[in-house]
This record gives sequence, structure tokens and C-alpha cells, in this order.
Amino acid sequence: MENLQLIIPELFISIMIMFLLIFGVFKKNSSQLVYNLTTVSLVAALAFIINLDAQIQSSLFNNSYNIDGLAKFMKILLILSGIFVMLSSSKYIQISKISKIEYPILILCSILGMMVMISSNDLIVFYMGLELQSLALYVLASFNRDNLLSTESGLKYFVLSALSSGLLLYGCSLIYGFSETTNFNQIMVNTKEIEYGLTFGIVFILVGLAFKISAVPFHMWAPDVYQGSPTSVTVFFALLPKIAALTVFIRFLYIPFYELGDQWQMIIIFLSIASMVFGAVAAIGQKNLKRLIAYSSISHMGYALAGLSTGTTQGVQSSITYITIYLVMNLAFFSCLFMLKRNDEYYENIDDLSGLSKNHPLLSLSLLVVLFSLAGIPPLAGFFAKFYIFVAVINEKMYFLAIVGLLATVIAAFYYLRIIKIIYFDPEKEKFESKHNLGLKFTLVASTFFILAYFIYPNGIVDIISQININ
Amino acid sequence: MNFPILSSLILLPTIGALFIFFVRSSNSQYQSSKYVALFITLANFFLSLYLWIVFDKSIVDFQFVEEREWISGFVNYKVGVDGISILFILLTTFITPICVITVNATIKNRLKDFLIAILILETFMIGVFCSLDLVVFYLFFEAGLIPMFLIIGIWGGERRVYSAFKFFLYTLLGSVLMLVAIISIYWITGTTDVIKLYELGIDAKYQNLLWLAFFSSFAVKTPMWPVHTWLPDAHVEAPTAGSVLLAAILLKMAGYGFIRFSLGLFPDASLYFVPLVYTLSLIAIIYTSLVALMQEDMKKLIAYSSVAHMGFVTLGIFTMTQQGIEGSIFQMISHGLVSAALFLCVGVVYDRLHTRLINRYGGLVSIMPKYAIVFMVFTLGALGLPGTSGFIGEFLVLMGAFKKNILVATIASLGVILGAAYMLWLYKRIIFGKLINEDVKKMVDLKRFEIVTLWLLVLPIIFFGFYPEPLINSIEVSVANMIDMNDLDKINKLALGD
Repeated sequence: MENLQLIIPELFISIMIMFLLIFGVFKKNSSQLVYNLTTVSLVAALAFIINLDAQIQSSLFNNSYNIDGLAKFMKILLILSGIFVMLSSSKYIQISKISKIEYPILILCSILGMMVMISSNDLIVFYMGLELQSLALYVLASFNRDNLLSTESGLKYFVLSALSSGLLLYGCSLIYGFSETTNFNQIMVNTKEIEYGLTFGIVFILVGLAFKISAVPFHMWAPDVYQGSPTSVTVFFALLPKIAALTVFIRFLYIPFYELGDQWQMIIIFLSIASMVFGAVAAIGQKNLKRLIAYSSISHMGYALAGLSTGTTQGVQSSITYITIYLVMNLAFFSCLFMLKRNDEYYENIDDLSGLSKNHPLLSLSLLVVLFSLAGIPPLAGFFAKFYIFVAVINEKMYFLAIVGLLATVIAAFYYLRIIKIIYFDPEKEKFESKHNLGLKFTLVASTFFILAYFIYPNGIVDIISQININ
Repeated sequence: MNFPILSSLILLPTIGALFIFFVRSSNSQYQSSKYVALFITLANFFLSLYLWIVFDKSIVDFQFVEEREWISGFVNYKVGVDGISILFILLTTFITPICVITVNATIKNRLKDFLIAILILETFMIGVFCSLDLVVFYLFFEAGLIPMFLIIGIWGGERRVYSAFKFFLYTLLGSVLMLVAIISIYWITGTTDVIKLYELGIDAKYQNLLWLAFFSSFAVKTPMWPVHTWLPDAHVEAPTAGSVLLAAILLKMAGYGFIRFSLGLFPDASLYFVPLVYTLSLIAIIYTSLVALMQEDMKKLIAYSSVAHMGFVTLGIFTMTQQGIEGSIFQMISHGLVSAALFLCVGVVYDRLHTRLINRYGGLVSIMPKYAIVFMVFTLGALGLPGTSGFIGEFLVLMGAFKKNILVATIASLGVILGAAYMLWLYKRIIFGKLINEDVKKMVDLKRFEIVTLWLLVLPIIFFGFYPEPLINSIEVSVANMIDMNDLDKINKLALGD
């Protein structure tokens, strides 16, 4: 029983899901209340996780569930992003008339699934978590069911995601077949020599995971789903599943198949280069901000994968740092998006930003900071994220990857600059509303401040991350 | 020594920018934010002047060094000055207040934002010249792109968007390779601290590639032929203050980088690539001078002349002689003053007639005599007449070049003649000739603030032309040390022996 206290956060969230479901059904018009309760329970879950002993390194349930430094850090990141997403999007949900009790509950379900993914040390547990989060996400994507784009994006996501899950499951079964176990540690012990079946298994699983973090060439769903889903769901898509999927990437590559680095390294490098370049090039022609940020996040995932491809602890740590800074930048970007509101309508085209700086100097300044940071220009946080990655990559003498990555940042800089040009250089348009709720303002100010002031003390996050023990 | 004077120099403008940003102001208070900016930049100038006085010119080592842990176990925030960098800091803090004074006439909208951009830019520029760590240097070097992009893009002319993008992307593309090189240096030697790297040296087998990576960045920024094409565009479209900063200081970052990093860290590679640099410099001197002759637009003409002058700078640096390097530094300072002044002069007539086309003007001497005088001084300074600072720089560079390669020096000397041709022709077309256009006749002579700014620039140009000692004094020891330390002379002798 003493094991149970290690999974109190998961248990707590499960109980809250059931409780809120019953509560929402029996209490009329309680959607806002349920929404707020969800946020509160996320805060409580965060407190539980932080409360866990930092040095623990325990495996539960027959060594199939890992509570370690990595899991703890990633869960904190996950829940924090969850809280900020909830804070920033509450107004949006009311105005877009998708404020139903199911919405926050589905978000909780999905977060629970991700927590299971993050901690999983077993193929079956991992798959269970993955499906739990995906099923909730399918529904969330099509939550605005009167909107054609939203329904389409939900369906598209479902079909493609089911396909990738199928591939992933096939990979799992292959690995089970060749290693006679589903436990990650056990797999490592049982697979000392390379067999074709194993390689195929790894490839299939990597394809499934690449789909989840929308790495090229498995990115096709991302732009449509990002654009079609309600913006509150898009921001969720852009942040949380990436954390979970990246953690699984790390666990999967660095625990069972660390020894087979030669087998997967080329695949990751390819995914990384393809994502960086394609994401940068394809974003140039976009007119919709959500679609643009979809391509931008594809390219950012390429950089995160570049860190993983090194096969060193330093590389993994740089990836985790990258994803942390990426989360903050995207959060700030979407907060700005939530502020582009006029007469109860949200605007999401790049042209709508025209001349924003004249009417909304502060909002434009935040966007300026965020966009330059996304482009990786010093001294903003985005530069440091890339810097750590390249330090790790060059340490492994992977110059080609580094140079391609840096050239891709130049291409990417172009489309970020284009948005800045529209905000700052173009003639102004009608004003947007300037009253926003406190949660949204707080999210924007906090994240922008983080990006701006990161360079003053860059050690904070890196120190925490460097304590994470991968193996 | 305990007072962190360099960090104060770096931070002061940013503090001023924050102050202007947070003090809410209506239209009427624009004036006050201008005075704040002027006060801050002047304070910075006097602080750096104090630094120059206190600075001990006879010591080889870096002075006023400050070091703090920054990215733990990897990069330290380290700043310090030697005789070379202190001059560039002075130049920066001298030019910036002049830019602030000119905003009166040139910037019509969003004055507050403009002042903030200039102040932030000053922070980055000073940072570039005193950072003693490669990563810190890169940080400042790249960060300067942001305010300059906005200055060109928001306050620029008709094709400002195109120019701003070209400027940003060109320089960014050039610089990314430098980042790869910096990280590689860290893994090769275990440090990015410039002083330690000077002591350690870098293995000759790595030097060539690293040199090329740094070169790609500095060549774009200098700019050297054939990657100079962003400069005319950026200059033409930028507002006057932007052009001044760009020509006077941003271009000098690259020249400074060549001396500090290319020569300092990669002496062998520098020697290996001397023919390349000579060739590109000569092409820059001759070709862009010819191009400048054909320009119809005043700003474009001066922009191309900048490329030619920077060609002298790169030529001088890579002669690797005491005279050559000193001449380059002198030329950079002098060009910083002269080109700033020329852009201000163009700004003066542009504000009155709103055109930069040379043939729209003519005969200004009879209606704007004061303008004609200062413009003449700057024209003569640009073509390197003895008695102006431009002469000393070019003369020393050519002296260094003659020592090494007579052919190169001869061709470069032709550039001096061409320089005289295009500058004098420009002067003739604008100032002399007949007053034909009616609107030109209505132009008024210099206003008071214009007189102040322009004469502020006339004085040092003539002063250093007659008495270059203070500048030469300041750089002499550092340059000699650089040549000594890397055995550039010995390498040279070996090369000649072959």
C-alpha cells in the first residue's frame, strides 16, 4: 500500500474526473463551476507532485510504472501548462459557446493519460496512457460540433491517429515477440543482439510517436487540426501532448534500446532535419495564424529531436530545456491570439494583425518578443533553447545536423519577421477589445517576462534539468 | 576598479529605455522623453570619456575586466577593454547623442518608440565592443539586429520593408555559421573566454574552417564584396539616425571582429586566407567606387563609398603589420565620424526638399553657405585630404600594404583617386552650379541644432587629422601586442622567405 502515495496525483485526478462528471450531471448550469473546479484540482495535483520526494527512484506495479526525476519534472511541466491553458482560455470557451461540462473533464482525462504515458515503463501501460489521451483529444478537436472545420479536424485526427496507433501497436507486438517481455528494463536485458524484427519494432513505434509530436513526414494532420479545432483546444494540442510524447521518446530510446543507438539514431536525425526544414519552408505561405503556428511547432519539434538524436545525457537535457522554453513561448503566443477579439468574435488571420502596434502597443510588444524568441534571436529565451541543442549536437561532431538546423532558423526567421512586419509596418485597422480577464493577462505577462528575462539567470531551469537521471 | 564601469556603460541606455517606456506620455510630453534620452546618452558619453582618461595606455592587458558566472560551467559574462575596443566604445557613445539630437526633424511619428530602439541599440553596440567571451559577443552582435530591423522598418522610406528584411536575413545568415564555430571552439579548447583562448591558441588544423565561419559573419556585416548588396538598400531606406548608426558603428563591429577574433584567434588561418581578403578588398575598393560614381541618389552614393572605405579597412587588417592594423582602426574611427556626418548632411537637405536625387539640387552655395562649408569639410574628410582624419587612416593602410605587396598597394591607391572623383563630383553637383529649381531656392540654411551636430563632427575630424597622437597612442600597445603574441611578424617573414 505504501506505493500508493507515489501515485496520489494520478489517483486524485481520476477521482476528480468521476466526481466532476457526477457533479456536472446533477447540478444544472454548472459548466463554469466545473471548469473552475478543474483548474483548482489541477493546482492541487501540482501541489501533490511537487510534494513528492525529489530523489525518489521507484518503480511500482511490477516495475511497470516509474516515478523518477524525469517523470516528476515532466509532470510538473504538464500540469503547469494545463493550468495556464485553462486560465487563458476560459473566456474563449464562453464566447465560442463550447462551455459544456464535458470540456474540462475531457481535458482532465487527457492529462491523466499523459501522466500515465510519462511514467510508463512498460509497453502496455504506455499504450494505455496514449489511448486515454488520444481518445479525449479526438472529442476535444471536434468539440465545436456546429463548425464544419472543427468536425473535420476531429475526424481527420481520429482517422490518422488510429492508423498511427495501429502501427505503434504492431511495433509493440513485434518487440514483445522478439524480446519476450513488455517491460522496458527487461527488454534491454533480453535484446543484446540486433534482430530484424526488433529493428522493425523500433521503427514502427517511432513512427507512432513521431505522429504524436507531428514530426515530418507524419505531420499531415497537424495544420488542419490546429486550424480547425477551437483555439482553446489548439493551444492544448500545441503544448501538452508534446511533453508526454517527448518523454516517451526519451524513455523508449534511452532505456530499452539505448544499446541499439546505431539503429535509431539515423531515423531520429532524419525526422529532425525533415521537420526543421519542412516546418520552416511550409510556414512561409500561411495566412492563418493557427496554421502557421502548427508548422512552426513542427519545426520546433525538429530541434527537440535533434537533441535526442545525439544519444547523450547532455542531448536529452537540452531537449527537455528546449521543450520547456517552447511551451512558454507558445503559451505567450496563444495568449496574444486570445486577445484578438472584437465584438465577441476572435480573429486568427495574419492580416487581422495589421498595424496592431498603433492601437495596442503593449500587446504588439509582447508579440514582438515572442516572435523574435520563436525565431531564436538573442538575447531572448528562444535563442538559449536552440543554443543548448546545438551545444549538445556539436559536441557529438554532428556538424551537418547543426548547420542544417541553423540554416532552417534563418528560413524560419523570415515568416516570423513577416508577422512582425504586419504588426509594426503596416497601416492600422480597427481596434480590438482591450478588456481581458485576469487569467489571460497573467498568463501573457508571466510568459513574456520569462522570455525577456531568461538571459539574466539562465541557470535556474538548466540546473533542475541537469539533476534528472535518464538511465 | 571596484565600480563596474563597463557594465554601467552597457546597462545605462537600457535603463533609460525602460524609463521612457514606463513613463506614460501624451503627445506634449514627447519632448521630455527626448531630453531623458539625450541626458542618458550624454551621461554615457562622459562615462566613457572618463574611462578613456583613466585607462592606462601603456599596459598590454585588458583593463576594467569584470567577470561573473552566467551559464554555469560554460560561459561567463566577461567584459573588459584594451586600447582598441575603448576607441570604438567612445565612438559609439559619441555618435548616439548626436542621433538623439537629430530625431527632432527626422522622426515625425512614434518618437518615443524610436528613442527606445536607439537606446537599446546602444546597449548592444557597447556590449559588442567590450565583451571578452565569444558567446557574450555573439549575443550582443545578433541582438543588435532587432532594434535596427525596427528602425529601418518602422521609420524608413518607401521600400523599407524590403530593405529591413534584406538587412535582417543577410546578417542572420552570415552569423549562424559563427555560432557553430563558437560552439566548436568550446568543445575543442574547453572555453569561450577570449583571454584564455589567446593564451591557449587553437590547433592549426581546425583554424581554417573556424576562420571561414567567422569570416562569413563579418564579411556580411563589413560588408565586403560580393555580400555588400544589403547595405545600399538599408542605408537608403533607413531614417537619418538609422543610417548614421549603421554606417558609423554597426559596420565597425565587423572590422573590430576581424581584429579581435580572426587575427587574434586564428593567426595561421588568417595568413592562409590573406590572398582571398586582398582580392575581395581590392574589388570592393575599385568596383564599388566605380558604382558610387554612377549613383543618382545621394545616400546610395555614400553607402557605396562606405563599402569602398571598409575595403581599405579589411585590406589594412590583413596586411598584419603594425601600420596596417593601426591604419585600419584609425580609418574605422574616421569613417565612423565622416560617414555619420555625410548622412546627417544628406538628412539636412532631405528634410527640406524630400528628395535624395542629386540632380534635383544644385547651387546650394548661394543660399546655404554654412551648409556648404561643413559639407566641404566632410567631403574632404571622405576623400582623405591631408589634414583630415581620413588621410591618416588611408595613409597608414597603404603604408602597411606597400610593405607587403606593392601591386596590391598600387591598385588600392587607385581607389583613393576614385574616391576623390566621386566625392568631389557629388559636392560639385549639389553645392555648385546654377540655382534652377524654384523649390531649391526656398531652402533655408542650417538651423541651430544642425549647426551643433555637424560642427561637433567637424572638430574631431580636423583635430585628429592634424594630431592623431591620442588615438594612435591608445591603440599602439594593443596592436603591437597582438602582432607579438601571435608571432604575426615571424609568420610573415617565413611567408616572405618562401
